[in-house]
Amino acid sequence: MAAANDNPSFEALTFGLAGETFAIDANSVREILDIIPITEVPGAQAFVGGLINVRGRVVPLADLKVKFGMPRTETSIDTRIVVMEVDLAGEPTIVGILTDKVHEVTEISGASIAPTPEIGMKWRPDFIKGIGKRGSDFIIIPDIARIFASE
Amino acid sequence: MSETPQPSQIFLEEAADLLVQLEEALLGLEQAPDDRELLDAAFRALHTLKGSGSMFGFEAMAKFTHHLENAFEQVRKGARPPDSALVGIALAAQDHIRALIENPAEADAAEGDRLLAQVAELMGAAAPAGPTIGAAAAADPVGPVIWRIRFRLSEDAMLRGTNPLLLLDELRGLGPCTVVTQVDRLPALEDMDPCGCYVGWDVLLTTEQPRAAIDDVFIFVQDDATLTIEQVPPEPNKLGDILANRGEVGRDVTEAAASRQPKLGSLLLEDGALTEDQLRSALAEQKHLRNEVQTAKAVAQATAPSASSIRVPAERLDSLMDQVGELVIAQARLKQLIAAGDIAQIKSIAEDIERLSNGLRDTTMGVRMVPIGSLFGRFRRLIRDLSQELGKDVQLSMSGEETELDKTVIERLNDPLVHIVRNSLDHGIEDAEARRQAGKPPQGHVHLSAVHSGAQVRITIKDDGRGLDRDRIRAKAEEQGLVAAGTKLSDTELLQLIFHPGLSTAKTVTSVSGRGVGMDVVKRTIDSLRGSIEVASSAGGGTEITLSLPLTLAIIDGLLVRVGQGRYVLPLSAVEECVELSAEQDRQHSGRSFLNIRDDLVPFLRLRELFASKLPADQYQKVVIVSTGDRRVGLVVDQVIGDHQTVIKSLSKLHADVGSFSGATILGDGTVALILDVAHLVTVGQAAEQRRQAS
Repeated sequence: MAAANDNPSFEALTFGLAGETFAIDANSVREILDIIPITEVPGAQAFVGGLINVRGRVVPLADLKVKFGMPRTETSIDTRIVVMEVDLAGEPTIVGILTDKVHEVTEISGASIAPTPEIGMKWRPDFIKGIGKRGSDFIIIPDIARIFASE
Repeated sequence: MSETPQPSQIFLEEAADLLVQLEEALLGLEQAPDDRELLDAAFRALHTLKGSGSMFGFEAMAKFTHHLENAFEQVRKGARPPDSALVGIALAAQDHIRALIENPAEADAAEGDRLLAQVAELMGAAAPAGPTIGAAAAADPVGPVIWRIRFRLSEDAMLRGTNPLLLLDELRGLGPCTVVTQVDRLPALEDMDPCGCYVGWDVLLTTEQPRAAIDDVFIFVQDDATLTIEQVPPEPNKLGDILANRGEVGRDVTEAAASRQPKLGSLLLEDGALTEDQLRSALAEQKHLRNEVQTAKAVAQATAPSASSIRVPAERLDSLMDQVGELVIAQARLKQLIAAGDIAQIKSIAEDIERLSNGLRDTTMGVRMVPIGSLFGRFRRLIRDLSQELGKDVQLSMSGEETELDKTVIERLNDPLVHIVRNSLDHGIEDAEARRQAGKPPQGHVHLSAVHSGAQVRITIKDDGRGLDRDRIRAKAEEQGLVAAGTKLSDTELLQLIFHPGLSTAKTVTSVSGRGVGMDVVKRTIDSLRGSIEVASSAGGGTEITLSLPLTLAIIDGLLVRVGQGRYVLPLSAVEECVELSAEQDRQHSGRSFLNIRDDLVPFLRLRELFASKLPADQYQKVVIVSTGDRRVGLVVDQVIGDHQTVIKSLSKLHADVGSFSGATILGDGTVALILDVAHLVTVGQAAEQRRQAS
């Protein structure tokens, strides 16, 4: 059954979001920042409601919790901003994403990634590329490009 | 960073310039066929294209251009006036040259042959003597050549009706001459026949004419005259070399004489190796050659006014601009830091740095400025071609070509302007018959103008055509469901509908326009340049489209304000004044939302409400009056903080839907502040006011 799985393995950065563990491709990550002043953009979608200054560059800050319908929480001492490159309609764009905690950089083997189950999911299935497994924990692999492309 | 550009790349850039010059000259010639300077300019461009083209291996182009150049050479000689038939073919040929340069592999060779055949036909009809002259001209070296002509007529030449002065005058007609008379055979006075011709002449002639032209001068006397015509190398030689070259004195003699140091000429004279006349003539030659080199240098300088300007790759300018931007930000941080402390010495350094960075900023931006004439110039050709294609006689006029705009803005303006001008010619301007019926002159008119207005440039495209048909626009918009039937629309809103994708009011689709793509692209491009578009049109009176564009996309002077917790930047150039919002005016929440500014009613917007700020308002709110064009609106803010050097950072696509902001900047403390889009806010404010008046 697992033989039908031809997902490539990849180096991933794992982080926590409302108690769940997420993993994104470590190659697309530029840097990880402690929380810095965020400028609110009145009238913008809640998902990308802020702007931050990353080394003299004005970068939109996204909150994935909005897309996953998670409750938004206050920032804590563990809050980090992951600055990464996202392809927006063919244009590589630097964005920051808010995370509750950054865990580690780790290898996720392709064999351990299962396709997104059709049922039993509380999130929009098209936002998730697959579910990886590490020990007894599940790791959600979000489809970052699709999340940013959605309205 | 410091990559050396490929030589062929340099040629491509140069060729692009030359093609533009050629096109301008040709279009000018069509209007003024007698203008010698334009004709020469066209010829020069062709000549240089041919020369540098073959140098960089564009053989096909060089060959094609060579034929065209020959044709223009004959036009210069007056074989045929540069009438519109010739200019038309030359313009098509210019396009072909462009194709040969840009894509030699795919250029249509048959098209080239066809054009050359047409040129030959035109030229052939006018110049029957063409082939022989053409062949001789082709064989001769190009550019001025120096000839040494030595002639002595037979003694009885004048008795036979030859006038040596006329021969000399004819030679002078060919180019600058230096003439030295040889009088060594002059007999003693008592032996002299008053009608005899005893003198000989040495003539140094610099000319672009072929050798044959010189031979023609002597055609009637060559049988009984001694004549030598030789080409002289153009470097000014030492006298010894000249003498040796002329065969007057052997090289060994001159070298022996030269080793004795003092002036060679006088020594040789002393030695009797040389007559005074021979020496005079040789010295004159030396002088002529020196003059020649000097004039050549002067000409080279005069014909290259670009010596004082240099080409710089755009990316270097961009990177310079980025660095200046960072410097300005760093300077703002320093200023903020100093303001907190109180160290007089550092303060003065900070002020120096502020002055320097402001200067550097202005200079850098100035470097990027290009006059808009370079863009307008392209429209002469467009209008010429379009008016022929559409069979309408349209004249183009321009003003304000010297207005300068950021290079990036100019480049991106091309397509929108092409769309607007095409629309004007296709839909706006009627054909001659309809114009006559409407009581207008049969020739249509399009005017392009550019003018500075504050920190903006306003570019206007005005035609005297039939104007926009408001009923048709409305009908189309309703038909396509853009507006519900019977909706009340202000005139501005109605006219803005033409920028909606898919809306085209043309009854027929032509190759020129009418497919409904275009105006929405115009709108999008202008928006992306942070500009705005206004449309004015009267039925039968024509349409006027005005594009307002910011001078630069990089750094502006801003006014920093606070609304709730957020800090925002207003472009200082748009700010007219700041006034206090009295408690009484503040209380009139829903009713009148306009201020009385010196008997002028100005609507105002509460930014707190627009931005849904949760904090309570400050006790003393301020109103910043901003304007675009002649429209004004007041913006209610909590606090006016002060001026701020604003390095504009564009917003990502994620915030493309947020209308109130045109960009963002970084403040001295490192936080991000949004830049308010004044044009958008004014439109919002005025629309609110119009709605209020309508209800």
